[in-house]
Amino acid sequence: MKELVEILAKALVDHPEAVDVRLVEREKSVRIELRVAPEDVGKVIGKQGRVARAFRQVVKAAAARSGKKVVVEIL
Amino acid sequence: MQEVIKSGKTVEEAVKAALAELGVGEEEVEVEVLEEPSRGILGLFGSRPAKVRVVKKPTPGEKAKALLEEILRVMSLEGKVHLKEDGESVSLEVEGENLGVLIGRRGETLNALQYLLGLAACRNSSVKKRILLDVGGYRKKREETLRALALRLAEKAKKRGRNIVLEPMSPQERRVIHMALKGRDDIYTFSEGEEPFRKIVIAPRK
Repeated sequence: MKELVEILAKALVDHPEAVDVRLVEREKSVRIELRVAPEDVGKVIGKQGRVARAFRQVVKAAAARSGKKVVVEIL
Repeated sequence: MQEVIKSGKTVEEAVKAALAELGVGEEEVEVEVLEEPSRGILGLFGSRPAKVRVVKKPTPGEKAKALLEEILRVMSLEGKVHLKEDGESVSLEVEGENLGVLIGRRGETLNALQYLLGLAACRNSSVKKRILLDVGGYRKKREETLRALALRLAEKAKKRGRNIVLEPMSPQERRVIHMALKGRDDIYTFSEGEEPFRKIVIAPRK
């Protein structure tokens, strides 16, 4: 899951080296924290959050099999 | 990735030779000058040709395909990606078993993935192309379903003499319906509402 977020984020930003993904596991959910370079934040959020929404959709699908709820936070 | 190293009297000449060998245009490559030409002393001693390395940049389609294969790998999915690319659009088709997870409810995941691939593929590229993604023939089947639905509802709208409003659909799906019912003199179609909840209305002509 972490890898998926990393790959997608790196493909969208100008500074792939600044992409940082952390997993915070909880009992029934996983929180994925995505950090990117300040000038790239807009690229992973998109107009009206369109990119972020697509991002969450894909990650949710990938996570479906694990049975855990996944939250992607862009920080 | 393809690359060639060429020499020539000038940098331009060397680049030209390299482009000819790669069979691509100037906007599709990156050029690195390895050695500037030097005329030498009095044009006699130590004259040296220009030397350049010309690397073919991956096309949007190639970029999208590589990213998609990477995504399949990290999701532990087995699928073969077929790529078709022309001047305006890129079509990626994934073939394999158990790929439903990539489609999602009503193709939601498929559309999200297609959107992300499109962004990633055309980033930093002078050529912008439309990226179309299909998994296991889902879109093709969905298109047929939509066309059949359009024809059926058109009949209903005509018979009842009333507007029929469809459920919200993506621009791509709406397009299929508009196209299926285009140019008819008994009914016409239009869309209303705001994305992502825009819906088609089929209306009888009076």
